[in-house]
Amino acid sequence: MSPSHTEVWLSRSLWLLASSAVALLLLIFLFLINESRLAVVDAHWLRFFNSPGWFPSAGQFNLWPMLLATVLATVGALALAVPMGLAAALFVSFFAPAPLATTFRRLLMLLAGIPSVVYGLWGLTVLVPLITRVAPPGASLLAAMLILAVMILPTVALTSEAALRTVPVNYWRGGQALGLSAQAILLKIALPAARTGIVAGVLLATTRALGETMAVLMVAGNVVQVPGSIFDSVRVLTANIALEMAYATDAHRASLYVSSLMLTLVVVAIVLLGRRLEAKQ
Amino acid sequence: MTAWRSLASRRYSDHVLGALVWLSAAIIAGFFVWLLADMASQGLERVSWDFLTTEPERSGRRGGIAPMLVSTLVVLAITFVVAVPLGLATAIWLSEFTRANSPSAAAIRFSLDVLAGVPSIVYGLFGSAFFCVWLGLGYSLLAGGLTLACMVLPILIRTSEAGLAAVPDDWRQGAAALGLTRWAALRYLLLPAAAPALTAGLMLGIGRALAETAVLLFTSGYVDRMPASWLDSGRVLAVHIFDLSMNVTGGDQAAYGTALVLLALLLVVNGLAIALSDRWLARRITHA
Amino acid sequence: MRVSVLIALCWSLPLISVSATAADANKLTLTGSSTVAPLALDLGKRFEKLNPGIRVDVQAGGSSRGLADARAGLADMGMVSRALKPEESDLSSYVLALDGITIILHKSNPVKALSNEQIVAIYTGQISNWKTVGGKDLPITVVNKAEGRSTLELFLQYFKLKSPDVKAQVVIGDNQQGIKTVSGNPGAIGYVSIGAAEFEEEDGTPIKLLPINGVAATVANVRNRSFPLSRPLVLVTRAPATGLTKRFIGFAQSRHVYDLIQDQFFVPVAH
Repeated sequence: MSPSHTEVWLSRSLWLLASSAVALLLLIFLFLINESRLAVVDAHWLRFFNSPGWFPSAGQFNLWPMLLATVLATVGALALAVPMGLAAALFVSFFAPAPLATTFRRLLMLLAGIPSVVYGLWGLTVLVPLITRVAPPGASLLAAMLILAVMILPTVALTSEAALRTVPVNYWRGGQALGLSAQAILLKIALPAARTGIVAGVLLATTRALGETMAVLMVAGNVVQVPGSIFDSVRVLTANIALEMAYATDAHRASLYVSSLMLTLVVVAIVLLGRRLEAKQ
Repeated sequence: MTAWRSLASRRYSDHVLGALVWLSAAIIAGFFVWLLADMASQGLERVSWDFLTTEPERSGRRGGIAPMLVSTLVVLAITFVVAVPLGLATAIWLSEFTRANSPSAAAIRFSLDVLAGVPSIVYGLFGSAFFCVWLGLGYSLLAGGLTLACMVLPILIRTSEAGLAAVPDDWRQGAAALGLTRWAALRYLLLPAAAPALTAGLMLGIGRALAETAVLLFTSGYVDRMPASWLDSGRVLAVHIFDLSMNVTGGDQAAYGTALVLLALLLVVNGLAIALSDRWLARRITHA
Repeated sequence: MRVSVLIALCWSLPLISVSATAADANKLTLTGSSTVAPLALDLGKRFEKLNPGIRVDVQAGGSSRGLADARAGLADMGMVSRALKPEESDLSSYVLALDGITIILHKSNPVKALSNEQIVAIYTGQISNWKTVGGKDLPITVVNKAEGRSTLELFLQYFKLKSPDVKAQVVIGDNQQGIKTVSGNPGAIGYVSIGAAEFEEEDGTPIKLLPINGVAATVANVRNRSFPLSRPLVLVTRAPATGLTKRFIGFAQSRHVYDLIQDQFFVPVAH
């Protein structure tokens, strides 16, 4: 089937539009790199890992504790949100009667649209005092994990549910014909068949958790330290940028941009990891 | 969908799975009710017709949120007028017009995945530097809408593309065999089949757009006046909630009231989006 | 066809920007401290009512942003929530109001007062349990402000501390975050704006204000200058104010706006 004139033209213009995505990403990287210049000249970049701590006024910019906090908070959030999100997807797709399923899906969509500041407020006024009763200060890594889990759960649930809906019916009919249990059909046939969509959703959720600022800032405690337990106060990279950007100049400001760059590179690493996982299966 | 329930659940493992799923759903629903009750108990009494139609007074502690509603709607409109056509076009290109191993497609997909993960604060800084300063838009609803479009685009594209990719290839081949053009196959066959993913992506995009605070504070600004044009600075609902709860003394009640209005807006916009996508993709071809 | 539409759009953008800047002669832009911003909004609204055709736009961004924008001419006035430092004396500053800073504890904390030495010891981590200062057997949760905030700088200056000396368990950004943190934690201690704390206390939030050096933390005591910890809220301009900017500053410093200032729980200053 040889492409017609219009089709070629259509294809070309679509390609142009699509490439704007690459252009945008490059632009953002250039922007970050440009703003980070000051902090990395003269091999100063070493101090991002060597300094005694994060004391910008004294020229000390150790990013390690905050990077660790970011990763831990995200991993913890995923550990909670992925199983529950998948369960929610299964609930809407297979377990709930139609009217309940529609209502629940609407509920998930609502949860997805609640501003981070509202989650943060709830976390600060309800969750943190609860945790305080167990172990002060309350504002902690645990609070950050819980609030992040709540925030990314709808993403996992909605994308997984959409993916499950596209699984053709003959897949499970075959399973039923073979006399498989419902559990086997769902877990071993339906979920794997929907895995592209699910992985895409989990990836989206991971990077969302990495980049969340407002809510974590309100509940994590924001002390720059390597946490000894999940009840310790931590500061994630995004909260750091939000707290200090408005008041930073020169080297301090450039260092904040370096941490933005670092975060973006972590995202790149995760995307590559996701690709590797997909390829393996 | 409900056909699944015809599976006879006699095995123990089935009961366990069922129990876990229902438990998870109950926890999620329970949390939502808790959150909603918290918001309603503190802010419901503020919500009234006046609240929706008057301007704020005394930094928002009195008066209403009309300018914020308008600003939010304008920003949302700009975001989706830009992002939906662009996003759909890109998703279609990625899914239908590229070979499996095309390097440019791989580069674009990679960029999109990374863009979807860039922290919102980076978008705020970038949007402010690029749209407000470099392009000279200043603090404006337009700058805010364009920056949000950049944020929402990757989500829309990836979910739409995943949806299109899930449609089996034999459908495309069948369409070709019947002599349908690419465009006709897309319009009547593939897009409707991918509709659930497209809608999910749209929902996520809308949710994300309404929820963003820091980005809009840096790009569309803090001004709480009714905007006269899309080049004016304007405060969106999320920024208003932030200011009232974190910055203004005594603004808590108004903050929760605004949050409830935002939730209602989300319901309405989501409902509209579902209705529209159902209509445009009306000729659905179900899997049965 | 699509390309030509794009080109047309690009050409029209500068035109739109030009028409926007043409209105500048009747527009005032203020940027800076988020503490001053709500007050500036209220002032701006009332000024607009009294002077139809004038627009006052307020943007946030922090005190440093306000200083930078005023210096670079990006804003007509910068909002700053502290007195200017010597190296900033090239700018002109105009005081709008005073804001005091108070130490707050949870309402259930039996401690009624703390000496300056005790406060320093608590904030540097030497005292870590409330029973040491006559309270319950409860670990102290020290709440500190993030770097760069004027409130932090004032606090450090008064208690003669340096930023790395402070050992905090929670670091907060805005006043309200501080109030909400302390009100949710019986063992917490923090410092916030007096006006905000007074309002919250009266409103029923479970916090209480501690006196400093025996002087009770009230807005009244800030007004009669007996309370030691206070800071001015100022507007800064690149050069001594003229024209519309001067009219606005005159208005903002007049008696006509005392009610707006007090509404934000700040203290008006007689000029």
